[in-house]
Amino acid sequence: MPIDSSEFAILQGLVSKHAAIVLDTGKEYLAESRLTPVARTAGCASVAELLRRVHDDPRSPLVGRVVEAMTTNETSFFRDMHPFEALRTTIIPELMRARANERSLNLWCAAASSGQEPYTVAMTLLEHFPQLQQWKLRFVASDIAPAMLARCREGRYSQLEVNRGLPAKYLVKYFDKAGAEWQLKPHVRSMIEFVEVNLARPFPAWPQMDIVFMRNVLIYFSLETKRDILRRVRKQMRPDGWFFLGGSESTLNVDDKWTRVQLDKTSVYRPVP
Amino acid sequence: MNLPEQGTTRRPRALVIDDSRAVRSIIRQILADLSFEVHEAEDGQQALAKIDELGGVDLATVDWNMPVMNGLQFVEALRTKPEHAGTCLVMVTTETDMDYVRRALEAGADEFVMKPFTRDVILDKLNIAGSGA
Ligand SMILES: C[S@@+](CC[C@H](N)C(=O)[O-])C[C@H]1O[C@@H](n2cnc3c(N)ncnc32)[C@H](O)[C@@H]1O
Ligand SMILES: [Mg+2]
Repeated sequence: MPIDSSEFAILQGLVSKHAAIVLDTGKEYLAESRLTPVARTAGCASVAELLRRVHDDPRSPLVGRVVEAMTTNETSFFRDMHPFEALRTTIIPELMRARANERSLNLWCAAASSGQEPYTVAMTLLEHFPQLQQWKLRFVASDIAPAMLARCREGRYSQLEVNRGLPAKYLVKYFDKAGAEWQLKPHVRSMIEFVEVNLARPFPAWPQMDIVFMRNVLIYFSLETKRDILRRVRKQMRPDGWFFLGGSESTLNVDDKWTRVQLDKTSVYRPVP
Repeated sequence: MNLPEQGTTRRPRALVIDDSRAVRSIIRQILADLSFEVHEAEDGQQALAKIDELGGVDLATVDWNMPVMNGLQFVEALRTKPEHAGTCLVMVTTETDMDYVRRALEAGADEFVMKPFTRDVILDKLNIAGSGA
């Protein structure tokens, strides 16, 4: 039995309250396909029954599972490629000059999903900037979904996932084969601290960041939420830091205190002083 | 490698090397959609002959297990010829052991794709090959 509009409204309310995600009417099919497995494991006869259950018991652990199932976790190694080119050719060299005395760098990868993005950054650092191993590196990666963070910490990927965008030489150098899967070597995994962060809530007490990746997550939020997040990210950054958004995202008409810098084929943003 | 751009005069050439006709036609279609002029060979020896006949190719996708001359032997043989040093070589194989990936790279392959693959996998690999990453 498909869900009706009142049940869909329950879901819209839940994802909005817990993850600030705007779920447009018309996305009922998405609810059905993503929540059917959750309903089944919870012993509910249908998605409709699952939604009524979380509605009647807002403190049920099922709430988190429903919200998590409604997030989109699509990602890949070297996604869009050009942002990582910009890191390698311009941003890291520039920051290493600017921070030559303190020899410390702070990086944050927000909305890390299953970890391909932060690990792409980590491997790029290891591959091209071995000197950074003598620096003080604080590298945090966050997501709202505990299941995604668990995957990040494991750093294990299927054949299909390593096939997507990961250069073969990185596979050989930074991974071990683990059964039919591939796992990042311990020294790569230990570079990154994985933390649960809901971007719609206050950020943890972190040092100011030199580089922030926040790609392909603002698209799910309302204009107000986007604006609020961009403002708080600005305060979380060093004045000469660098901020990455997804290919279809921009600060334009959301928060105007950013300068867009074109680095070859990618746009990067810097806070306006 | 640099993917073909619309309106350039010479279309880049690709050679699809695989003993399975079905696999060849899948890869052919993907590369044709990317504007490559696509040729085919059924084993490494045919591939070397074809490359000589064409005077060189920009890209070759290379199966590992083939009769007569396998993919690894083909890669080794082509890499002894300096005039083909610029050819982008992408292994496309069912072999998935780390050792195979390592041997292919040591022999001079640029990339390694494990079957099964999708169109996006091929596209991503071509974009990343030679990007300097
Ligand atoms: C499409 S993925 C983006 C992954 C990666 N940044 C990329 O671009 O490839 C979106 C991620 O945002 C996370 N997310 C959704 N709402 C969030 C929120 N309110 N706070 C933090 N993360 C959230 C989801 O769990 C999901 O892993
Ligand atoms: Mg074969």
